[in-house]
Amino acid sequence: MRNSFLAQNPSMLWFIALLAVFTIAVTLLSEVTGVGLISTSFVKTLGKTLCLCLVAIAMDVVWGYCGILSLGHFAFFGIGGYAIGMWLMYARTEGIVLDSLAGQPIPPTPAEISDAIGNQIFGVVGSSEFPMIWAFADNLFVQLVMVVLVPGLLALVFGWLAFRSRVTGVYLSILTQAMTLALALYLFQNDSGLRGNNGLSGLQNIPGFEETSQATISILFFLASAVALAAGYVFFAWIVSGKMGSVVKGIRDNEARVRFLGYHVESYKLFIFTTTAVVAGIAGALYYPQAGIINPGEIAPIASIYLAVWVAIGGRGRLYGAVIGATFVSLLSSWFTGGGAPDINLGFYTVQWTDWWLVLLGLSFVVVTLFFPKGIGGAFDYLVRKPS
Amino acid sequence: MLRLLSLAVSFWLFLCTALQAQSLQDILQTHADEVQKPSRNSVGVVLDDLVASGLPQVVPFLEGWRDREIVQRSPDGQFFRLIEEGDVARLEDLDSGEMIEADAGAFKDLRPNGGVRRAIGNALVQFQLSDPDIAKRRAAVDAIARSMDVSQLGPLQASVEGETDAELLKKKQRLAGMLVATFGETPEARIEAIDALSGDLSVDVRAVLNTVLATTTKVGVAIPEGVNLAETLEVGADLSADEAYARLVEAELAPAPVTPAQIRAALVANIEGDTVGGVAVSALGSDVARAQAYDRLAATGSVAARVPDANKAEAVADHVFYLEYAEPDPAITDAAREALNDIESRVALSQTVDLGLDALSLASIYFLAAIGLAITFGVMGVINMAHGEFIMMGAYTGFVVQQFVPDYTLSIIIALPLAFAVTFGAGVAMERLVIRHLYHRPLETLLATFGISIALQQLAKNIFGTQARPLTSPEWLDGALVFNDVIAISYIRIAIFVLAVLFLILILFVLKRTRLGLEVRAVTQNPGMAASMGINPDRINMLTFGLGSGIAGIAGVAIGLYAKVTSEMGADYIVQSFMTVVVGGVGNVWGTLAGASLIGFLQKGIEWLNPSNTLAAQTYMILFIILFIQFRPKGIVALKGRAAAD
Repeated sequence: MRNSFLAQNPSMLWFIALLAVFTIAVTLLSEVTGVGLISTSFVKTLGKTLCLCLVAIAMDVVWGYCGILSLGHFAFFGIGGYAIGMWLMYARTEGIVLDSLAGQPIPPTPAEISDAIGNQIFGVVGSSEFPMIWAFADNLFVQLVMVVLVPGLLALVFGWLAFRSRVTGVYLSILTQAMTLALALYLFQNDSGLRGNNGLSGLQNIPGFEETSQATISILFFLASAVALAAGYVFFAWIVSGKMGSVVKGIRDNEARVRFLGYHVESYKLFIFTTTAVVAGIAGALYYPQAGIINPGEIAPIASIYLAVWVAIGGRGRLYGAVIGATFVSLLSSWFTGGGAPDINLGFYTVQWTDWWLVLLGLSFVVVTLFFPKGIGGAFDYLVRKPS
Repeated sequence: MLRLLSLAVSFWLFLCTALQAQSLQDILQTHADEVQKPSRNSVGVVLDDLVASGLPQVVPFLEGWRDREIVQRSPDGQFFRLIEEGDVARLEDLDSGEMIEADAGAFKDLRPNGGVRRAIGNALVQFQLSDPDIAKRRAAVDAIARSMDVSQLGPLQASVEGETDAELLKKKQRLAGMLVATFGETPEARIEAIDALSGDLSVDVRAVLNTVLATTTKVGVAIPEGVNLAETLEVGADLSADEAYARLVEAELAPAPVTPAQIRAALVANIEGDTVGGVAVSALGSDVARAQAYDRLAATGSVAARVPDANKAEAVADHVFYLEYAEPDPAITDAAREALNDIESRVALSQTVDLGLDALSLASIYFLAAIGLAITFGVMGVINMAHGEFIMMGAYTGFVVQQFVPDYTLSIIIALPLAFAVTFGAGVAMERLVIRHLYHRPLETLLATFGISIALQQLAKNIFGTQARPLTSPEWLDGALVFNDVIAISYIRIAIFVLAVLFLILILFVLKRTRLGLEVRAVTQNPGMAASMGINPDRINMLTFGLGSGIAGIAGVAIGLYAKVTSEMGADYIVQSFMTVVVGGVGNVWGTLAGASLIGFLQKGIEWLNPSNTLAAQTYMILFIILFIQFRPKGIVALKGRAAAD
């Protein structure tokens, strides 16, 4: 079995090997080893990109393999970020508050500490009460469980409702988009308990690591993201190969036929939907400490659509395609919007890429959909001479 | 005779001095200090005397004083009106109107502050109520309505008789009624006035009644006799035990509780070495330890003792809490309560109607935004994520037309067909270039049209900038149709509703009564069969898509009229539009109508339940729709038979 799994996925070994080389190279060239060829901020960008690759793989499995175009997986990503962000923010604020209260003539009571933390965190939305959902924010372990549990449960309930009533195709896409919109709108409120549109901030400061430099922290997160990506890749490669993978791909190609063959299609779909949501949550929990800030805008429906765009450009139905798409588009996007691309002077008009990048992205997306449905990853088919 | 003569002379002299005393300057001189440095409180005496004198000079003087034209001559403290003509300053005698040349620096300005000027203005009101100038009379009535006072009742009632303008007369009578209800002399007059107010839904009448019904919270061992009781408050239901105790403390019927902050301050103040009251300082990190230490301090008498919870509960239980009307006469408060209840039930009814109208107009907007989508999505099975951008395109077309055609009525008349033409063209181009190649691959259509959507959005941003552009409606669409003080609907919303109805009829007509509609329905049901009957499905698909897009353009003009035109306006409507189509049932105009009505009324209904939070309303609405789809996956109006097959 082990042999056949590897034999079915020659790309997996390649991927792991490349990822390992890349990770080691970045680590060696970073500021931690003293070489400093790669700046800390770029290490963070690379680490974030790895997390985006992980969520893109999850998206690829749910869409490219199972045929469910979910426009909600970035919401799960965001939920994971919020779950870990709550602990990061609470623990860090607690440290600050304890420091400031240490000089008092008599030691503070637990209620005073909690009030002061509440004031610090929720003062910005005109409140100082801790909402119910922050009940376990002081406990890292519980919040880590939340990273997995909340997206998983949400996906499970939503998926169960949707698949049970046989909502498929574009209807399902719109429904997932509606869910994402509802979540984003909810989080935008000031009384959502998650600081409204201010979001959670200061997440790059890891409590307990105050003495550690950001360079070291960024490398640690980069390594953790790489490990998570590798693990996610192997896990999904294992899922989509073998018997289960065949059923899942069968559902994508002809759902009714698979159902008539006696498979319980809804269970398979629900499993894939929930599992990928959980992985998306984990990716988000790794992403936002590197980004430093999370706000409801990150969850808006457009983000989930971009996720689908990455997967489509990279090539659906192949895990490395998702990785290529996420890396390529997100890095290119930050290069263009960051002003890295040179402006083109047409004589009568200067094309500024910060303005025109989205137009280019949108149109290239149309071109890819029309002419290269296999995406960039399709090019590998010619390399390995396995036209499919 | 001589005696008689001397009497007459002395009488004449007396009369002279009496008249002399009644000159304006004299009155002002008696109150020289108050005139010179008036404050809101002291100015009342001056004003009362001036008004009581009944001199004709008083009104011009008061106006001059309010407008800061009055000066005081330095040597003798006499008051004058300063008249400046260019560089020449002259002083006008207040009584005789005689002009005196004045040296600069020989007088100083009186500078009454804002409060004083307002008081002067109020005193002037009674004169202005009968002013020949109707604008001044109106201003005076408005001034009374702003700050009602008992002193205004008399002048107002006196001026009612002489009022010639019918509208103003009505206003005066209403205002007089409100004043009588509040300040009337006899209870009978007040009750009569209150009863007369009960048909009026306006906010100021409600405010008057609420003033009559103003209550104060009282606390006592028992409710005293003869109190006009509004309500007895139940501890636990109407107010919490803590609030009740706080009221007792306020009324000085119970000792003040010691707050945690006070405990902390007392402990900090009494630190001796490492201990407070025998408790180690380092152990004071809990409320229990702090209480213990504080009690020990209290035992030594250095701080006030804490009030045990049992004592608090006992004190609260021993007293009654009640609301007492400020108005002592129960007959008046009963009448006011009855009138207010009557008004409020009418207001509630009107609000329901108003909410219904709001919901109806929201539903028409959703219908307009979604109907084009319903045609492309429902009839062709093509999901067009760029539909919102067609709406935006239509709105920008309207904006561009207004740059060239300054007449708003004409520009709208041009913009509507032009927006249709532009978006029709864009739709046809998109169908030919992109969508045609993606039939039977709906998910990819979704993504490709999404690509077009972001490209168009950014393009609009590049061309028109990120700031919102106005699409100005013609003048005859300004304003609102007002039924009463609560129900009002703006003409733009009515116009959008009319437009939505027109489009409903138009689309039904096109689909049911024209050759094109017949072919569209044929292609929808069975493209292969339709093709073999000589219908060209390509052409039909192209036209259908163009039609759907064109309607989006017109919807864009309509939406742009009442909301701002931005590059993101399409994105605001796209999700709602899709939900409208999905909830209503795909492929049916009536379904879209039902979906739009459901969503419009639902959203307004939820907003009404939680008016402060429209974001939450949208959230709950989407959740409701997700649940709704569970029970009716095919929407409200589901197609039956073969047409329903995917």
